[in-house]
Amino acid sequence: MKLELLSALNRSRAERRAAILITDTASGEQRLVMGEAIAGDAMEDALDAALRSGKSGNVEFEGKTYFLTVQTPPVRLIVIGAVHISQALAPMAKVAGLDMTIIDPRTAFATPERFPDVKLIAEWPQNVLPGIKLDRYSAIACFTHDPKVDDPALEEALRAECFYVGALGSRKTHARRVERLTAQGFTPEQIARIRAPIGLDIGAVSPAEIAVSVLGEVILALRKKPQRAETAAKAGAAA
Amino acid sequence: MLASDDDILARAEDWRKAGKGVAIATVVETWGSAPRPVGSHLVIDEEGNFLGSVSGGCVEGAVITEAIDVIGDGKARTLEFGVADETAWRVGLSCGGKIRVFVEKVN
Repeated sequence: MKLELLSALNRSRAERRAAILITDTASGEQRLVMGEAIAGDAMEDALDAALRSGKSGNVEFEGKTYFLTVQTPPVRLIVIGAVHISQALAPMAKVAGLDMTIIDPRTAFATPERFPDVKLIAEWPQNVLPGIKLDRYSAIACFTHDPKVDDPALEEALRAECFYVGALGSRKTHARRVERLTAQGFTPEQIARIRAPIGLDIGAVSPAEIAVSVLGEVILALRKKPQRAETAAKAGAAA
Repeated sequence: MLASDDDILARAEDWRKAGKGVAIATVVETWGSAPRPVGSHLVIDEEGNFLGSVSGGCVEGAVITEAIDVIGDGKARTLEFGVADETAWRVGLSCGGKIRVFVEKVN
């Protein structure tokens, strides 16, 4: 491996950027493809699948075997609201390997006693999120249904193109949210990325069940390639 | 505690920049219940110092020896180990897996 490639690989990891090192194990030849450069690469399909799974492995391409060293940033889950659902979600997210942080400015809710094993920040999202630097490997779930707390986080998440943006609230609550975000200048296509009502439709009732449905929805967004029909439907809805 | 991949590849870069001969070994394929997953790294310098793991202990010695040769001749190569042989059994590995390890020099 060339030192420049090794340095670029280390740098991309430090910067939380996805990258794949492609090695022809027979000849030792290598090249590095950054996550955003995968579209249009000759090996696009294989690279895309590898990036989604997050796993290194061998692929066949045009009669040769290549080893893909897949480097994806650790996935973060930012939760707005130190509520019951968050209490249930914290241990589940940990088991699933997500790096979870809870943000809630209401100090009565955001207490270490209620949240012993998770990062907890008792601040307004708009003060904290710039430091966290949301990105495409971040998921955000808003649980307060208070626009004062949720909206600034949603806006930041949409701008940062988080892979998952979910917001708790009834269809009515969400309709008002859509109006506010539209007034803020967000496009219908951006707003359509918000999953509301939040969570997979598994008939969840209790806070723990809602936490399961949200965790499932986050994993779905992370791992599953959008189906052609869904993509087309989205494009149609946005038009 | 296992060193994370961050530490391992960063260490390889540091060593090389300090002028040492360095090789990187990567698990590229496993069969059966191999102890370390595909993509795991072991980095080795010319003196045999190493960080990381490709097998949880059983074939590290052999990989390090080969890696020092790779540092010497600059030729990347792929090594294959069955970790269910007599030696592996004696050192406590009864997993019965097989692994393939790609070893390359950092130029």
